[in-house]
Amino acid sequence: MSPAIELIAINKSFGAVHANKDVNLSVERGTIHGVVGENGAGKSTLMSILYGFYEADSGEVRVNGKPIAIRSPIDAICAGIGMVHQHFMLVEPLSVVENVMLGAEGGAMLRVGEATVRAELARLAKDYGLEIDVDATVGDLSVGLQQRVEILKALYRGADILILDEPTAVLTPAEADALFDLLRSLKEQGKTVILITHKLREIMAITDRVSVMRRGEMVATVETANTSPPELAELMVGRRVLLRVEKAENTPGAPLLEVENLSVVDSRGVLRVANASFTVRAGEIVGIAGVAGNGQSELLEAIAGMRQPVLGLLRLDGRDIAWSEHNPHRMRQFGLLHVPEDRLRTGLVPAFPAFESAILGFSDEPHLGRGPILDHDRLIADLAKKMEQYDVRPPAPRLKSSKFSGGNQQKIVLAREIERNPKVLLVGQPTRGVDIGAIEFIHRRLIALRDAGVAILLVSVELDEIMNLSDRILTMCGGKITGERKASQTNEQELGLLMAGIVDEAA
Amino acid sequence: MSAPLDLPKWADTILVPAISVVAAFLVAGLVVLAIGENPLTATRWLLLGSLGTGEGLGFTLFYMTDFIFVGLAVAVAYHAGLFNIGGEGQATLAGLGIALVLNNLTFLPGFLLIPLGILGAAAFGALWAAIPGYLQAKRGSHIVITTIMFNWLASVLIVYLLVNVLREPQSMNPETRAFPEQAQIPFMHDVFAAIGIEIPHSQLNLTLVLALAAAYCVWLLIYRSRLGYAIRVVGSNPSAAIYAGISPARIIIIAMVLSGALAGGLAVNELMGYQHRLLLEFTSGYGFVGIAVALMGRAHPVGIILASLLFGILYQGGAELAFEQPAITRDMVVVIGGIIILFAGALDGLFRRLVAHLFARQKLARA
Repeated sequence: MSPAIELIAINKSFGAVHANKDVNLSVERGTIHGVVGENGAGKSTLMSILYGFYEADSGEVRVNGKPIAIRSPIDAICAGIGMVHQHFMLVEPLSVVENVMLGAEGGAMLRVGEATVRAELARLAKDYGLEIDVDATVGDLSVGLQQRVEILKALYRGADILILDEPTAVLTPAEADALFDLLRSLKEQGKTVILITHKLREIMAITDRVSVMRRGEMVATVETANTSPPELAELMVGRRVLLRVEKAENTPGAPLLEVENLSVVDSRGVLRVANASFTVRAGEIVGIAGVAGNGQSELLEAIAGMRQPVLGLLRLDGRDIAWSEHNPHRMRQFGLLHVPEDRLRTGLVPAFPAFESAILGFSDEPHLGRGPILDHDRLIADLAKKMEQYDVRPPAPRLKSSKFSGGNQQKIVLAREIERNPKVLLVGQPTRGVDIGAIEFIHRRLIALRDAGVAILLVSVELDEIMNLSDRILTMCGGKITGERKASQTNEQELGLLMAGIVDEAA
Repeated sequence: MSAPLDLPKWADTILVPAISVVAAFLVAGLVVLAIGENPLTATRWLLLGSLGTGEGLGFTLFYMTDFIFVGLAVAVAYHAGLFNIGGEGQATLAGLGIALVLNNLTFLPGFLLIPLGILGAAAFGALWAAIPGYLQAKRGSHIVITTIMFNWLASVLIVYLLVNVLREPQSMNPETRAFPEQAQIPFMHDVFAAIGIEIPHSQLNLTLVLALAAAYCVWLLIYRSRLGYAIRVVGSNPSAAIYAGISPARIIIIAMVLSGALAGGLAVNELMGYQHRLLLEFTSGYGFVGIAVALMGRAHPVGIILASLLFGILYQGGAELAFEQPAITRDMVVVIGGIIILFAGALDGLFRRLVAHLFARQKLARA
């Protein structure tokens, strides 16, 4: 039997960037096939070619052994290919039925089409265990259920081959497990699943085979049963990497950051953080685990002074912070520095040369220039030195910030904050969109900083990262802190329950 | 995904605008052909009238002075992410500031009057821009809407004042009395005559030097100073500004104040340098030309100077052309200006993409 999907010698360039070089991929029918690779390795480009967003410069696509031309997503859908995007393509104010119908309304009046959709959804629910309230408004559904609607949409359009792009990025561990159960049952019904991810754990848990991409090339395809996470990591990066950083037992010192009953309301008046209280001591890393959107971002921003808390008290190194001085500028002066969650929107200015991004937040420091004028030569020399220390590639201070890869941008931001000797460091998503090699470097830096006596508050949606780095872990759900555990005395299941707000069972 | 628009700096700042201008002239040539005139003769008159004679060159540089100021005004606001359409109104108010200062402080020694007049222009222009700036920063009223409305307010206000308050009682013209002679910025031909060099007479005056100095200061401000850094952060990444502890509201107001002050330079050139009195509609719509100049000059002072020269040529040469070839009216010249704005501003991205594509190809071929 011919494979469900065959990609033969696919090439695709964007300007000077060769995103896919002679890529071959063969996916057997009725299997779950993982595609892994670092950011920018060409996974998304490859899948976009398969789904008709881009056309390959050269190469051939075969579906079930037949060569076909996929020029648009419509061609892909006709060929039985469905895609679930990382960012859902749903209309939130519409119901589940209406979303599934979208683009397949079947005539000028909706009534007839709607009946068909309802019947078909009922059948899908029965066959695959895809239970869902078809009249619910999509915007009211949890993220996990919204993803289910996306899958239903694809199946309704007759997808035999389902592509999922980083499907677990927005899910709790429990929701991810439910998704995997669903994928297994799809597989049993003979569907083919392509899973794009950078989480090796998921690859090991659910795929039958896995293909590894590196710098636009397909470097290996292996049976999952015959490989291991370290081997996959090595294939992705091209050299050996440590997936877990070594760290010694810490000896926490004086409390440097104390937060008491902090509550934060966002611009729409929604309560985002409710009564958060905790302490971070010198020489410890406190991690905040939680599914994205549960108030961690707002908590970090409130502590950094980027938004005003509505209630609560903040104490830095024993000093009460008055409301009037609670702004980013003063907080920096007090030694509270901040590596923000979103590098590109907040942490640097993509359009600026790197040496200008490297003083963001510090442009008023007297030694950076004479009077009102900044000394560019000095800024460039300063950054050149840091780039060497932090192994930023390319080491070009004049290069536009947006031209660096995610990992190198993050190193520029980290260097900027760390080199100013923080007492307290807030770190948001330090390795989001960062390649594995740089992750190792960043993790080591943070541990070294901890060992030097800095109090670090870490927010990350990667549970592995939280568990790896933290000494203590706080879990957040719906704006509340739902639990606190020592990192050495907890496990993923327990944290998963706490992150879902199920406190009793975890206790 | 669009192709990455990576261009060498020279291509970005010189080549692409040059292509735009050439394309604009080609299209304008077609328009001239369509009304039955010879585009080549028209081009000859255009260039001859603006650059071919000393007098013509003087007028070209006079217009260029106007355009540099309003172009810089638009550019400074643009760097803070603001589209200041209010150059007309700000320059009008600056004219009022000049008249109030010069005609009321006549008891002061002459050497103080010129700087005070310039300061008056800057202050009134700044104030007129500060109000929309404040409304944008604190109330979220869109700057484009408010500055347009402030243009109308300024034009109505100045008519009222000139007709009812500032007009000399015995005069029928809605204009103030002439500024004191020592408050008039010297004409370039007088300056050169003083050092023994004879140049043709024109409206060109020393304000040109002020304009070039302003361009240098704007460059220093935007690209080298701490304040300019903050302005650019706010303009290109507001959430990064909040993270950095830069108050966008404060920067928006400051940028508008600077922008309005620069727009005041138009009034300095026209009134203190040439008309020597405040009169109606001395801005002649140049405030709007500033938008085209800033767009074409990519909001960089050097680009703005070059774009101002181009528009100076167009205005002066156009006037000569309309005179020499009556079939091509002044309105036609406005059309040609419009085509250039269209190509340099709106269609700029088109050529940029094209050139970027060619560069990328060339790179690949070499690789």
